[in-house]
Parts: sequence; structure tokens; C-alpha cells
Amino acid sequence: MLELIGVSPQMLFGQLMLGLINGAFYAVLSLGLAVIFGLLNVINFTHGAQYMMGAFVAYILLVVFGVPYWGALVLAPVIVGAVGIVIERTMLRRLYHLDHLYGLLLTFGLALIIEGLFRSQYGVSGQPYPNPLPGGTNLGFMFLPTYRGWVVVASLVVCFGTWLVIERTKLGSYLRAATERPDLVQAFGVNVPLMITLTYGFGVALAGFAGVLAAPIYQVSPLMGANLIIVVFAVVVIGGMGSILGAIVTGYALGIVEGLTRVFWPEASSTVIFVVMAIVLLVKPAGLFGTAK
Amino acid sequence: MTISRGKLAFLAFLALALVAPFFLYPVFLVKVLCFALFACAFNLLVGYVGLLSFGHAMFFGGASYFCGHMLKVWGWPPELAIPAAALAAGAMGLVVGALAIRRQGIYFAMVTLALAQMFYFFALQAPFTGGEDGIQAIPRTPILGVIDTRDDTVLYYVVLAIFTAGFLLVYRTIHSPFGQVLKAIRENEPRAISLGYAVDRYKLLAFTLSAALAGLAGATKALAFQLASLTDVAWQMSGEVVLMTLVGGMGTVFGPVVGAAVIVTMQNYLAGFGEWVLVTQGVIFVVVVLLFRRGIVGEAMAFAARRASSEKARGRESRDDDPERVAPGRAGATSADGAKGG
Repeated sequence: MLELIGVSPQMLFGQLMLGLINGAFYAVLSLGLAVIFGLLNVINFTHGAQYMMGAFVAYILLVVFGVPYWGALVLAPVIVGAVGIVIERTMLRRLYHLDHLYGLLLTFGLALIIEGLFRSQYGVSGQPYPNPLPGGTNLGFMFLPTYRGWVVVASLVVCFGTWLVIERTKLGSYLRAATERPDLVQAFGVNVPLMITLTYGFGVALAGFAGVLAAPIYQVSPLMGANLIIVVFAVVVIGGMGSILGAIVTGYALGIVEGLTRVFWPEASSTVIFVVMAIVLLVKPAGLFGTAK
Repeated sequence: MTISRGKLAFLAFLALALVAPFFLYPVFLVKVLCFALFACAFNLLVGYVGLLSFGHAMFFGGASYFCGHMLKVWGWPPELAIPAAALAAGAMGLVVGALAIRRQGIYFAMVTLALAQMFYFFALQAPFTGGEDGIQAIPRTPILGVIDTRDDTVLYYVVLAIFTAGFLLVYRTIHSPFGQVLKAIRENEPRAISLGYAVDRYKLLAFTLSAALAGLAGATKALAFQLASLTDVAWQMSGEVVLMTLVGGMGTVFGPVVGAAVIVTMQNYLAGFGEWVLVTQGVIFVVVVLLFRRGIVGEAMAFAARRASSEKARGRESRDDDPERVAPGRAGATSADGAKGG
């Protein structure tokens, strides 16, 4: 049946799989942005650079310290998150009383610094990272590389784990309350500034985690974050940052849309997400899952 | 009859600019002027309407492609190609602005950034832009058939004339009733709406004007440097114009000019250090945002105002250029709050 529209099933499912992988990264990154934005009201422009840092930390851990992939998967997000906590404590914190745009400008500057430092150290060409899960399974209609399957599963687990924590636990309820009225939550004896710091650290750690996941698939390069983050911004505009689940669903959905576009109209695959964003802005300016203000 | 401080400063600037090519390399000055005009156009939006566009490179670079194509392939003379390219950028601004003003605050920045990235991919693939190579060897044809732009000094005065026209247009705009409404929107958008102003139309018009002026700067740059390339439409360029305006002082008339001069000079000195330009720009961003949010001109004016008020103890406010009110400030804050809440 698929042959009728001139597309082989191998190609279709192959691109769908690729789309799902991209979607997994969009989802984890936009989830991190949404979590940070919810509490800090800051759009973390450094997110792409922190994703890149995650991949590089994994690479350095492997090459310099001999830490294998599975160790890096735990260590790298912790390291990247710790750097994020330092940034929040020393810089971002000073800007909360100001216009949110200053937070955007600060994190943009930080992104330039991080990217510039890695570029001066490693150049712009990518560093290869060995695949920890070689091989794959033939599913009949397509060949599934084991590692790609793992990326999708891992991202789903992390996304829904985060969702569960925020929506279904006591800690999450504090977090949601602090998003609405930080002053009131503080008055109830919750240490809101600490919560803000840890939230930023967690959001950043998510970016680092995505970076480690990406390392064996894409080359580890200082440029890997910059272009990705702009697409993720578009994803965030489409989904609206009001809901955690919205950020996750939009991320996967747009990855798949991008994969399908690559099958049927390859030239448009790099712009399709931006076109979707333009359409959503026309039809539902607050975003698919956003609430009208 | 006293001449206002702003006009005096402008005349002093003009006098300096007229003699500058005898002391400094004209091509460097041309670059400064092109970026200064670009930053002025950007500042019109961020400083006076409170809209932070992170996608202005698409108008700057877009017009530079259009102008390059008109000069090189269609053989149009510059006096036709430059205004036409600026108009085309204005038309792009109308479309992009209509989409972007549907969101406010931080979202506005993200939408403009995303649309600019879309244009970047378009420029990468479209046949007339030359892809990775860009449009090279754009001819510097004479203006009106007589003004020979191949001479760098002549070119400098041409660019100075274009810059002055653009600068005065921005100055006129912010000191007009239209500009007053823009500032009202910046300060308190809901109140401007309740007073009966069609806020979206004002924003759209300001966005279009800003895009056209950014286009004028880009088109001029294409003629002067005979090159239109992907660098001009990349997001880094959008970031650079934000940086120039921030360093000089958002919402001050001369801030963008000073900022452009500072950043272009810095890039010239650091050109040999490769990636360190990026790091330095990042550091400047961080330092300015944390310590000097008013920028160079804004801080200078605040200093002058403090001294004047302590000396004469009357504290005359420097009207609409008051740096305290200038930062994208409260208007941005309320709109961002509005976008988030609910």
C-alpha cells in the first residue's frame, strides 16, 4: 500500500524513527525549559549550550577518565546541573526583580561564553563517541538499532517521571504552589529560594542528560546546541509553556512531523517546525496547551 | 531660544563624522555606520516600544541579499536598489511583525528568533542567495551615474548621508505623537488599550519601520562591502545588534551609535583571536546585564543628571531620554507577567 504513494516502508519507518529520536530531544529540552520558566520566569537561553556541555562532559569522562557511557549518563547531568546551580546562585538570582528579558539576555551571553570556550578548545568539527549499545533488531518492516530504541525509552521514562513528580507528589505540589504565589509559599515556611536554585539545577541537568543521550548518535560538537535550541524555542511557542505534559507531547509530535516532512518534501524539513509555529500563532496565539491570558 | 542638548550632541557628532575619514580608515567607519543604523533601527523597537526582537538579522541580511541581487544580477543602480531592498525588508517586517506581536515579552523574542531561523534556512537553500558562498563581488556602481562609490572616502560620505537620514527618521519618530504612544505602550500596555489606542497597529507600524531601517542598513552594507552572506542572517547577527544596543544604552538616542562603535572596534581588534570574539561578546553581555543595565550613554546621562540635581538641587529630568525609564522596563515586565499568568 505504501508503495502506491512512492515511499518504501523502510524509508518511511526509518525517517519516523529518526523523527521520534529528534522528538525525544525536543521533549526533554522543552520540558527543562518549561520547568525552569514555571518557577523562575526565565527563558534559559543557555539550555542549548548546557545540552552541548552534557555531551562534552560525557566525552571528556570517557577519554580522560575512562568512565563508560552508563557512568556518564549519571555523572554528566549532575556536573552540568551543578554548574547551573552556580550560575543561578551567582548571576541569575540578581535579576529576578527586573524585567524577564534581562534573564534572557544574561543566559544568551552565558551561552556565547560556553560555546566560545568549547570551540576554542575543540574546534568546530565533531568528536566521535562510541555507541554503547551496538547492533539492533529486525522488526520485519524496519531495522531498529538498539541504541536508538534505548534513547526513546530513556527519554519517555525521564519525561513522564518528571511529570509524575511535579503533578503527583508533595514536592511537586510545593513547586506548583510556588509557581503561582512564591511569597505565600515562603510564608508557609518553605525555602523558596532554595527550591528555585534546585529547580534551575534540575532543568539544566535535564539538558545535560539529553546531551549524553545525543553523544553516540550525533558527533559531539560545540555547535550541536545552538541550532537545536532555536527549534526547541519554536516547540515551546507551539506548545505553550503552561503545561508540563504539553511540552512533552508537543516535543514528540513535532519530531515526528519533521520526520514525515523529510520523507515527502526533504527540502522543507528544516523549516517545517517554524511553519507550524506560524500557523499556531495565527490560529491559537497562546499555544496548543497554553491558557489564554 | 536654546538649542536642546540632544540636537547639540547630534551636531557635534556630525562635525566629528565629517572629519573622521581624515584620521581613521574609511572602510572601518563605513562598517561602524552600517551597524550603528542597524542598532538604531533595533533600538526603536526595544527602547521605545519595549519589544525585544531576537530576529532582526533577517531584515538586515535579507535586504543585503535583495540589494546584492538587484545590483549584481539585475544591474540596478544603487539609488534604486538600496531603497527597494529596504522596502522589501519593510514588507518582510509587516508579515513577521503581524505574527510576532500576537505574543508578548519573552515569547515575542522567541517567535522572532524562530522566524529569523526559518529565513536563515530559506537563505541557505534558495537559489538566488548563493547558499554557503553568498553573493560575492557585488559591483559598486556609481550613484545617479556620477558619484563614484569605488572610492572609499566618497563611499563613506554616501553611507554617512544614508545613516543621517535613517537616524533623523528614528529621532523624528520617537519625538512625534506616534512616538509618544509607543512609549505609552512600553510603560503600560493595558492602560494604552483602555485609552482607546489600537495598540497592535502601533506595534505593527513600529515593527515595520524598524525592519525597513534595518534593511536600509543591510542594503548599504551589501553595497559597501560587496558581499551578502549567511553571516548577515544568522542568529549571531541578531545577538550582535542586541549587544550593541545594550552596551550603548537601550532607549537612548545615541546609545546604539556608541554601542556599534564599541563592538565593531572590539571585533576588529580581536579578529585574529578566532573564537575568543564569541567569549568576549558573551562576557560583555553578562557584565552589562549584571552591572550596567543602562549602557554607556544611559549611565553617562544618569551621572550627568545626578550631578546637575546635586549642584542645583532642582533635578531637572532629561525628558524622554531619562535613562531610568528606559530599560525595556515595566512595560515588558507587565506584558511578560500577562503572558505567563492566567
